[in-house]
Amino acid sequence: MSRASRAGLASTGAAPAPPRHGLHIVSGKGGTGKTTIAAALACALAVQGRRVLLCEVEGRGGIAELFGVAALTGDEERRLTRTPAGGHVHGLSIDAEDALLEYLDTFYHLGLAGRALDRFGAIDFATSIAPGLRDVLLTGKVYEAVRRGPTGRPGAYDAVVLDAPPTGRISQFLNVHAAVSGLARVGPIRNQADSIMEMLRSATTVVHLVTLLEDMPVTETEEAVQALAPTRIEVGSVVENMVIPNPLELDALERAAAGAVELAVPGWSPAQNRALSAELAVDAARTLAQQERHLRLTGLGLPLAAVPLDPAGIDEAALFTIAAQLRDQLALEAA
Amino acid sequence: MARAPRRPAAPPPAPFLDLDAVLADRETEIVICCGSGGVGKTTTSAALALRAAEAGRRVVVLTIDPARRLAQSLGLGELDNTPRPVLGIDTTAGGSLDAMMLDMKRTFDDVVVAHSTPERAREILGNPFYQALSSSFSGTQEYMAMEKLGQLHGQPGQAGGSAAGRDRWDLIVVDTPPARSALDFLDAPEHLSRLLDGRFLRLLLAPARGPLRLMSVGFTLVSSAMDKVLGSQIIRDLQTFVAGFEALFGGFRARAASTYALLSSRHTTFVVVATPQRDALREAAYFVDRLTEERMPLSGLVVNRVHTSSLAVSAERALALAEDLPEEAALEGEALRRHADLMRTVEAEATLLDRFSGSRPQVARTLVETLPTDVTDLETLRQVGALLAQQD
Repeated sequence: MSRASRAGLASTGAAPAPPRHGLHIVSGKGGTGKTTIAAALACALAVQGRRVLLCEVEGRGGIAELFGVAALTGDEERRLTRTPAGGHVHGLSIDAEDALLEYLDTFYHLGLAGRALDRFGAIDFATSIAPGLRDVLLTGKVYEAVRRGPTGRPGAYDAVVLDAPPTGRISQFLNVHAAVSGLARVGPIRNQADSIMEMLRSATTVVHLVTLLEDMPVTETEEAVQALAPTRIEVGSVVENMVIPNPLELDALERAAAGAVELAVPGWSPAQNRALSAELAVDAARTLAQQERHLRLTGLGLPLAAVPLDPAGIDEAALFTIAAQLRDQLALEAA
Repeated sequence: MARAPRRPAAPPPAPFLDLDAVLADRETEIVICCGSGGVGKTTTSAALALRAAEAGRRVVVLTIDPARRLAQSLGLGELDNTPRPVLGIDTTAGGSLDAMMLDMKRTFDDVVVAHSTPERAREILGNPFYQALSSSFSGTQEYMAMEKLGQLHGQPGQAGGSAAGRDRWDLIVVDTPPARSALDFLDAPEHLSRLLDGRFLRLLLAPARGPLRLMSVGFTLVSSAMDKVLGSQIIRDLQTFVAGFEALFGGFRARAASTYALLSSRHTTFVVVATPQRDALREAAYFVDRLTEERMPLSGLVVNRVHTSSLAVSAERALALAEDLPEEAALEGEALRRHADLMRTVEAEATLLDRFSGSRPQVARTLVETLPTDVTDLETLRQVGALLAQQD
């Protein structure tokens, strides 16, 4: 892999250089907030007039909801927001059926025959019934969007961010073209699968894994890193999401967690003070556990970024805040 | 700070989901736990299974890809697609608990072997399409979870299933696969039937059978388009696979249909699992609506990881107090700020839960408060079970 050498190429031009990676794939265990992080990452990359595409593939409409806009439908790549840093984020909800028809039309000019395939149930078969073909089509569409950039085709983006399936399915999802390559030894499908795999393994592509500092998500993150290793797709960073901020020293935390702290808020009853002390004890224990999990993640040898918990919930303004946090902590090819 | 306008009168509280009653009902033979990823489905399934077993039911819990430490706590260190007894449970009420983890490829292989001649089976198992379908493609897991459920329930004609299943267990608890959507599990049998009845498959089979009875303009177009897109080698492999598999299809379809009928019957009940977060509750709402639409039996909603506080001090008040504290009361200040965060979380969760119950007032629910530790042993599972059964 010659990632480092290729990475340097882009940074010489006068106009804002394109990001080092053209495709950012965001995964994480369910419930870790990967859609939020994917959206924030797209905002972080969208600086100085850059155009960034944020894609979802699970048909949940999570992106539109996050940005508070109407649902993304069909193949529209609608502008979602202009970032404070002066870039644009567009959104696309990839649908397997549209992707297949578009693929057939672009590569084979199958006008009439494409419709015939549809009549015979082939489109339905391919997109919803045949297990796994969905994944081929979805990654194929992402491939097409990424390739517009370097080839200067209309609608080119400086970067594409993919809100990908959860870690449990991520290596399967990304390696699905390898499975196709195994089936189709020659022919156009084989060529397409090979090109997609090549792009995923190239310096263009990077995976970000989102986790909470809890036992199961951290374990899944470690497993995902292992599972992705044989695919030769680069894991670029791990994002620790919803971290409880902690200004306390280790010593104070340990005493609090052990229940050895008796708080005395002026004017409060002993019962109230006991209740507050108990809450602090639980919180301190959780914070200590978080620190232990943070250490485990350090063992992966990957860049880590921490995003603090926002008890007020996530809206567009919160996304920009998280974007700034990601930019500061990850050497994001943003500025 | 108080930017939220005063809420309108809260909707009437949701009816309580009495899971002990569900588990005690001998008519209940299958409990299916579903919901989006990361909401604690596996833990909920295991806790319900354990609670039912210790109340006297003979239970098997079918889990899919559990966290390893939970598997260990159930005594499932070695997993081989076969139910294994869970040791260390209280059997005084006459119950028992077995647990198994689904191995999708093994289940698929078993079906092939059980329903074909040895020669046919070898041919299918060696086909590249079969190998891809049974191991590396997502979506197969749902089909196989269904197949396994049918086997465990002991439907006639099931591979490895028989009256033995019924004798050994009287309750099956299913933890659904970590799917794209919780609905995938429900859609699996329907997808399978559509696949098997589809014209496309008949089309694929036709050329392999010699005389092209299906020959028509449409057919020629399609087959030449497929040749162009796929190449002839892939079509040959696919035809061999489909031809080899055809004999199995009928059985698949019949079993999928009977499993679906079983899922709709009074012997099955669905438990929808969520956390008090927007995404998880939205997914839960989809699922509840779908079950209602199809008149499938829904017990109710389990909400895991609900935050609570026994300290009736609002976030605003706690922050104001923290500001007025003298310098040396740093710990008090931090504790108050954390309490303020907790109260905001409690409020946000309550709003989301109210909204859910307001729009679906008929759905019973039970809340499980967030635990300070991970669930990794039988004792903690028992605690979760108690919280599940406890009225909030």
